[in-house]
Amino acid sequence: MTYSYFPGCTLKTKAKDLDHYARISAQALGFTLEEIPDWQCCGGVYPMAKNEIATKLSSIRTLAKARDMGMPLVTLCSACHNVIKQVNHDMQSDENIVLKANNYLKLDTPYQGETEVLHYLEVLRDKVGFDEVKKKVVNPLKGKKIAAYYGCLLLRPGKTMQMDNPENPKILEDFIRVIGAEPVLYPMRNECCGGYLTLDKKSVAESRSNQVMTSAAENGAEMVITACPLCLYNLQKNSGVSDLPVVYFTELLAEAFGLK
Amino acid sequence: MADYKELVLTTSGVNPLKCMRCGKCSGTCPSYDAMEYHPHQFVYMVEKGEIEKLMASKSIYTCLSCFACVERCPRDVEPAKLVEAVRLAVIRQQGQNHLKSEQIPDLIDDDLPQQAIVSAFRKYSK
Repeated sequence: MTYSYFPGCTLKTKAKDLDHYARISAQALGFTLEEIPDWQCCGGVYPMAKNEIATKLSSIRTLAKARDMGMPLVTLCSACHNVIKQVNHDMQSDENIVLKANNYLKLDTPYQGETEVLHYLEVLRDKVGFDEVKKKVVNPLKGKKIAAYYGCLLLRPGKTMQMDNPENPKILEDFIRVIGAEPVLYPMRNECCGGYLTLDKKSVAESRSNQVMTSAAENGAEMVITACPLCLYNLQKNSGVSDLPVVYFTELLAEAFGLK
Repeated sequence: MADYKELVLTTSGVNPLKCMRCGKCSGTCPSYDAMEYHPHQFVYMVEKGEIEKLMASKSIYTCLSCFACVERCPRDVEPAKLVEAVRLAVIRQQGQNHLKSEQIPDLIDDDLPQQAIVSAFRKYSK
């Protein structure tokens, strides 16, 4: 199976590991990620305004290219996934945005939200199947206590993202079990890390990421996993907790497959 | 004089009259402590038309767009969309960018992901 793939700006620079280990693990599982040609940055955060068009165009170009390639679109970065999935929802439901975006883009075939947008985790769970993933595990991470950090972008708004129950998710915990480790539940797993406020008001990012890391540590975590480069940065650099490693979930997948 | 209330309602698509003032949005807001006006105040101040007070407050730059208030509102009011609309009423004006490119070199370090800079520009500048 081949999927079209949107890596996004950060996976080409600071978060190469998130991308690299996803690709080699995909190969082991028998699917390929084919990068969308000439993709543009998604903008990092979803533009919420009803009359915002220009900031959504890069996502719509990506979605239309995936449609033209005839493949579902796979994302990895939580932020890219959130932006592209929410913009796709606009293109399915907001006539004004559909009209104006298509008037501007003048695509050969107007885009109306046809592309299926999947996060890599959803490919593992829904397309490959966690049972199949488990069969490829040669190096189970036995006894390792891992805290899944969802943050905000993978889950919310739940009505649009439709990945999991936004208040009591389990996809990452199930993933942790699949690679042979033990998931740690903690209250802050779906609360915001402070995001881009690390630039404008660092104290918020420091306080938020400290609360997340302290909550994970107090509940016995030996490691935290995430799908978001900015979460990883805040939890590592702004939390003040340095003895709890934070890694991308794809690194552990590759490790469990004996590829790292 | 612009009708800011109408502008904010149109931009956001929010109907503040749906609010039953339970305060759950502010109770769940990760930026609560850093805000002068909190999410529930955005809702009733927009309803009252007190937009200029909100436009002058730094609170419009403190929202994290984490959708906690949107997800957890029992009436589907979507307070974050009001915060965004008030911020846009400011930064869409000429010369009102909150973040300028010349500030960036002093704000970054070697590990900061591009995603942070891109997101901040999208929220703070046009």
